[in-house]
Amino acid sequence: MAAAADTLLRVEHLTMRFGGLIAVDDLSFDVSQGAITALIGPNGAGKTTVFNCITGFYKPSEGRLALRHGDPATWGALDALTDSGARSATSAGGALYLLERMPDYLVASQAHVARTFQNIRLFPGMTVLENLLVAQHNRLMLASGYTLLGVLGFPVYGAAERAAIDKARAWLDRVGLTARADDPAGDLPYGAQRRLEIARAMCTDPRLLCLDEPAAGLNPRESAELNDLLLAIRDEFGIAVLLIEHDMSVVMEISDAVVVLDYGVKIAEGKPDEVRNDPKVIGAYLGVPEEHVDDAKAEAGL
Amino acid sequence: MAVLGNSAGEGPRAKPPAMPGGRVAAALRDAAVTALIAFGLFLPLIGFLTGVNGSNQLVLTTRWPLLFGLVAVVTLARFVFSIAIAPYLTQQTQRSVAAPSAARDWIRRRFVPFAIAFVILYPAIVLLTAGFSRSVKWIDNFGIQILIYVMLGWGLNIVVGLAGLLDLGYVAFYAVGAYSYALLAKTFGLTFWLLLPLAGILASFWGVLLGFPVLRLRGDYLAIVTLAFGEIIRLVLINWVDLTNGYAGISGIPRPSFFGIPFTADDDGFAAVFGLPFSPLYRVIFLYYIILALAFLTAFVTVRLRRLPVGRAWEALREDEIACRSLGINTTNTKLTAFAMGAMFAGFAGSFFATRQGFISPESFTFLESATILSIVVLGGMGSQVGVAIAAIVMIGGTEIMRDLGFLKQIFGPTFDPTQYRMLIFGFAMVLIMVWRPRGLISTREPSVYLKQRKSVAADLVKEGH
Repeated sequence: MAAAADTLLRVEHLTMRFGGLIAVDDLSFDVSQGAITALIGPNGAGKTTVFNCITGFYKPSEGRLALRHGDPATWGALDALTDSGARSATSAGGALYLLERMPDYLVASQAHVARTFQNIRLFPGMTVLENLLVAQHNRLMLASGYTLLGVLGFPVYGAAERAAIDKARAWLDRVGLTARADDPAGDLPYGAQRRLEIARAMCTDPRLLCLDEPAAGLNPRESAELNDLLLAIRDEFGIAVLLIEHDMSVVMEISDAVVVLDYGVKIAEGKPDEVRNDPKVIGAYLGVPEEHVDDAKAEAGL
Repeated sequence: MAVLGNSAGEGPRAKPPAMPGGRVAAALRDAAVTALIAFGLFLPLIGFLTGVNGSNQLVLTTRWPLLFGLVAVVTLARFVFSIAIAPYLTQQTQRSVAAPSAARDWIRRRFVPFAIAFVILYPAIVLLTAGFSRSVKWIDNFGIQILIYVMLGWGLNIVVGLAGLLDLGYVAFYAVGAYSYALLAKTFGLTFWLLLPLAGILASFWGVLLGFPVLRLRGDYLAIVTLAFGEIIRLVLINWVDLTNGYAGISGIPRPSFFGIPFTADDDGFAAVFGLPFSPLYRVIFLYYIILALAFLTAFVTVRLRRLPVGRAWEALREDEIACRSLGINTTNTKLTAFAMGAMFAGFAGSFFATRQGFISPESFTFLESATILSIVVLGGMGSQVGVAIAAIVMIGGTEIMRDLGFLKQIFGPTFDPTQYRMLIFGFAMVLIMVWRPRGLISTREPSVYLKQRKSVAADLVKEGH
């Protein structure tokens, strides 16, 4: 099975069972490089479970989750990698990662998949700046000679930390939190915490950014700002974004592709306009204005 | 003194003060209820005393003066509480946080350098004030004893305060350090300065060994397993008689020498070489500076570590472990380094303890020690270096001072044994501190890095770990 040239992540036959409950059932979709892909569906459809599988927090019951870095030609090595039993394969032009074989922290640090959480998970007792420095842990750890050089006060660590602070400051400027850099993260208002969580995920240098309901609890103006931020992440940094979202103003405006889940099964996939008018999606999730209910039922064959 | 933030129309929290007369009446009523309850409780407990007389008959005696005396004390205390202390406490909680005054700020900035200067000069100050002969007690029982616990507190602070891993078996690493020094020094004749790092390495090895099985545990479960680990080490020390000599312990542990010159009364001893009259004081002062240097090393390394990625990862782990993993932090390694670092400092302290005492036995490494160290960390404020040091001074210095409570004999009569009340007074003081400062003496967190301005993080935002 050949992947399209710009495919970054391939989800194939992903199945996740919890005892007798099938949360995700044989789900396959692709996420393209430099595109925003939305995962939508009613509550309990299995969207967050898909996220947890991709980011390594759950080990899928079945299926393959492959992520590519660099040259699209690397996809050719996918079957060989799968047979080899290894987690990843690096070639001259790029690398392939089988996310279902990797623990969560390696998905973040090696495959460079970053995520945010539905219920915000910041480090509330640490300052905004510290939150962004923790995100750059692995690079700083290397610069501190795995703590040894750092404890002895070698200047190489100081330089790395200044670079990390500069990077953090750049993201603070972008999400408008520079003035609050030295405040504890737990003190920020809700919308600012959401933005900080995205900035923190971006500080890990991701190739794929997974956002779990980033617009939840935001007011319309904050939602619009979020749209701009996500478009900038896609266009300026060329990072693919996979997002779960219930706010259709966000989904329809910025998504390049939409995947619709219901009871763990994919019921539709395509461009936002196609999905919006798909009778199955309307029936399962989007709904219609009351005066059109009968038309919609007839169209869906109910 | 003006009451801050209580101006008129400020909102519902500025309650109009009650009429003074009403308050007294309420306090009297409160005191009367208390008196009734106290009388009801004390009458069977204290008022009647059963005993045996000379002809082995059961006799009932009454103790009315004692009973009424105690009821009066309780009633009076309750009256004072409800008339004076309770309103004061309410006022305290209602008052908005006052801006730090200039004087307070000045003290805060100078406190640490001043404290460091004081502990360096402490032996000299003691010599000048207490005289030559009584100094040993003050430097040994207070100085060295407190510094050992300061160091242990700072070591445990890495595990509990920074990484948020509740460890009830910390004394195990202290024991490993002490026994490894004692055994290696006695068997192979190695010197203190060689064995000190070795004891640290061995203890941190045991720290990692403990860390592996408890990696997936949290909260109460983690606490219980670490408690069990501490007991395992102690029971091994008791039962492995061939190696450790069991309950009898190890005696004749080599004492430290001043760069090769022993502190003995011989002709080549320290006093003779430097032309001084012999006194045990020199060794005590030397030991004081060794433990002071070790404690400074602990503090220095901890302060440095907090500003390094590993220290931030520890604190992030305490705040939210799942978020840590989503950022690519290997939480397994992070936890193990926390256990290893904490254990290493306990190992240092343990080898110092062995060389200072010259004798160790499993009795020195009971759960009570772990509990004492943990309460130093909790009382001081988890994560705060200064707070832990103050708590160690209060707790260990307090127990030492309470060893001679002779003045209480004058109050309660010659049959009163004050040492028996030491732990009671002590527990009471701890309860008071926890009521007054539930998150420890110094509960705010200092950020490890800042962009423009260093702002302390309020205690209620900082997580306590898992």
